[in-house]
Amino acid sequence: MINTFEEREVEVERRFVRKEKDIREDIAWAKINSDVLRSLERPRMLFWVIFLGSLALFMFGVSCEIYQYETGLGVANLDNPQVWGLYIATFIFWIGMSHSGTLLSAILHLMHADWRKPIYRFAEAMTTFSLMTAGLFVMVHLGRVWQFYYVVAYPNERWTWPNFQSPLVWDATAIFTYLTSSMIFLYIGMIPDLAICRDNATGFRKRFYTFLSLGWMGTDRQWANFRVTYLTVACFLIPLAVSVHSIVATDFAVSQQPGWHITSFPPYFVAGALYSGCAAIITLFIVLRYVFRFEEYMTMPILEKTAKLTFAISMVWTYLNLVEYSATWYGDDMYAKQALIYRATGDYAVFWWSMNFLGSVVPFTLAFKKLRNHIPTMLVVSILLNVGMWLERWMIVSPTFANGIYPWTMDHDQWPAWVQWGMVAGSFGWFNMLFMLFCKIFPSVSMYEVKEMVYHRSLHTKAHGEPSVNHELAAEGGTAS
Amino acid sequence: MSITNLLNNWSFYRNKRPYRGQYDLNRQYGEYKWAMAVDLDICTGCNACTTACYAENNLPVVGKHRFEHGQVMHWIRIERYWDEKMGEFPEQGTSFLPMMCQQCEAAPCETVCPVAATSHTNDGLNSQNYHRCIGSRYCSANCPFKVRYFNWWNYPSTAWPAPLEDQLNPDVTVRTKGVMEKCTFCVQRLSEAKSRARTEYRLVRDGEVLPACAQACPTGAISFGNIVDPESKIAKMWKNQQVDLYKDMQEKDNTVRGYRILEDLRPFPSVMYMERVRDAEA
Repeated sequence: MINTFEEREVEVERRFVRKEKDIREDIAWAKINSDVLRSLERPRMLFWVIFLGSLALFMFGVSCEIYQYETGLGVANLDNPQVWGLYIATFIFWIGMSHSGTLLSAILHLMHADWRKPIYRFAEAMTTFSLMTAGLFVMVHLGRVWQFYYVVAYPNERWTWPNFQSPLVWDATAIFTYLTSSMIFLYIGMIPDLAICRDNATGFRKRFYTFLSLGWMGTDRQWANFRVTYLTVACFLIPLAVSVHSIVATDFAVSQQPGWHITSFPPYFVAGALYSGCAAIITLFIVLRYVFRFEEYMTMPILEKTAKLTFAISMVWTYLNLVEYSATWYGDDMYAKQALIYRATGDYAVFWWSMNFLGSVVPFTLAFKKLRNHIPTMLVVSILLNVGMWLERWMIVSPTFANGIYPWTMDHDQWPAWVQWGMVAGSFGWFNMLFMLFCKIFPSVSMYEVKEMVYHRSLHTKAHGEPSVNHELAAEGGTAS
Repeated sequence: MSITNLLNNWSFYRNKRPYRGQYDLNRQYGEYKWAMAVDLDICTGCNACTTACYAENNLPVVGKHRFEHGQVMHWIRIERYWDEKMGEFPEQGTSFLPMMCQQCEAAPCETVCPVAATSHTNDGLNSQNYHRCIGSRYCSANCPFKVRYFNWWNYPSTAWPAPLEDQLNPDVTVRTKGVMEKCTFCVQRLSEAKSRARTEYRLVRDGEVLPACAQACPTGAISFGNIVDPESKIAKMWKNQQVDLYKDMQEKDNTVRGYRILEDLRPFPSVMYMERVRDAEA
């Protein structure tokens, strides 16, 4: 029972003013170093399970590709109207996955949202590796992959250029630029941490980190240059991220096919990209937190903030999705309307409806604080969201082929062969394998920025006085001391 | 490869929508514009055109299994459309429609090819460069007629067992796996006729050259020729049917039968079809 005015005030303050903190303010810097460096040494057993499982999946995907390379694309059970299938769908999925890394590391950096600091490093790594995975699909789906370099404008004796009108050329350019810039961004942001690794490593690891840390000594001049460089690359990366997925959207929007020829595709694709990327960040957050024992850095409030972000983006995506449907429904394009009806009622209806359910209804679980703080729920929900987003990409690509403009070529029997599914599974293996290797070799929590975060917050506490409510007690449900 | 070359010839790399006078005899380019007319009233659906095309253009026979999987390579196909079932004969009222590459003037496939493997020739043909093609299949994805065929398998290794390779047409490339192909209006015959005509300081005469399908058609449903020449049979047919190459919507009266397929998408096809005349009472 709350009786007195003071008690009520304390209660109100406990519930509404004093939130749980993103990170403890009294973590010693040496402890941050040792905790993060420990992740480079002995992770939990689950790490090896994930790594070896991913490696096996990847090897399966490689064998599928070898088979397809030797035999021809017919083994993927692609046919005349259905020329792209899962390859391009999964390609868009991986490109989309890459966007949230940039959102966390660059956009939130510019907005001074410092809660991103413990988690942006692995998100940025996710960007790089998912772009690498997406690049694989471009290769895999080509009929003559050994001549993929024709797309690049390289000097040659025949004076031939790629066709600059083609969105695929824009794609190749944009993705390559985005990949190199995000790798540079990831690397630059890691230099001070690599120096910490260097100082603590021995043997060949010492030589490795010494080479990578580029003689970082932590001088003022180095820090000043570092800040400027980091900010510049961050500013460069943001428009790139938006343009890359817009360009992937033009692959479809520029074409004439029903269900693709839609003006709202670029923002729709960007929203979908951020959406699936944020969901993937939640999944990897939970996995890393457990595998590398990062409970003190990847805290529940940060997970909750990421979940809120995901929820907001999911609503943007839902809105744009409904815009697409209604624009098609009330529009004048007979073929597009027919394609929309086919998606909802035809052979892909199960996938289409589950895509809408997973993409627009399931995220409402993120609206509840209790569920946001429940790790198993969040793990399942984030995976479900990504399944929904993968289905979305598939539902963009395949039904349009199955129900095109010309009635004679409508083909409703096509089902991807095991080679396609194998390569989709292999891509997940490849991504997880690279990601896990990265986390084992490089510090996946940014040490110097976590220190900054702790330092700033403790300064803030000093300046504004001690909070009247002890946050640890408050978290346990206690009252003022 | 130089920037100057690219900039100087930029207009040739661009695919513009066709404009009137594009194929003008007084211009340096555009002495020929190959076009076709298919009379659906005469077509009996006998598939002779398809067979001739297989023989002329080295098309592989893929077999029943792959045919069912949609991996067939027929550059010209006979589409069958059925009337709604009437009375006791369920197969009453078949309509046939030979469908080949429409050689669109503003071809959707050309703009999207990343390596410019498919582009427009001065003769108004939609050419396909097998050596340049990397098999991204974007052209097929964007083709509204779906008349582009992809080599899903390595057909040369299986389609012509030992003595059969002798029947291959030496004028036509045998395509390997991973390459897109499509009807070329028998471009090997056209270029042969053109070079023969050039040695005699003249243009190709009307009827001098025919694609294999038009040559093989027993009823003469497929007509072919140079539409730039106003005296040619094909130009007269297009004119009589009031179909204009440069229009995306024809203003014609109901007495003529000519039309082009999917004109509202504005690909400006070079193939005109003539409707089948049906007696509603029959």
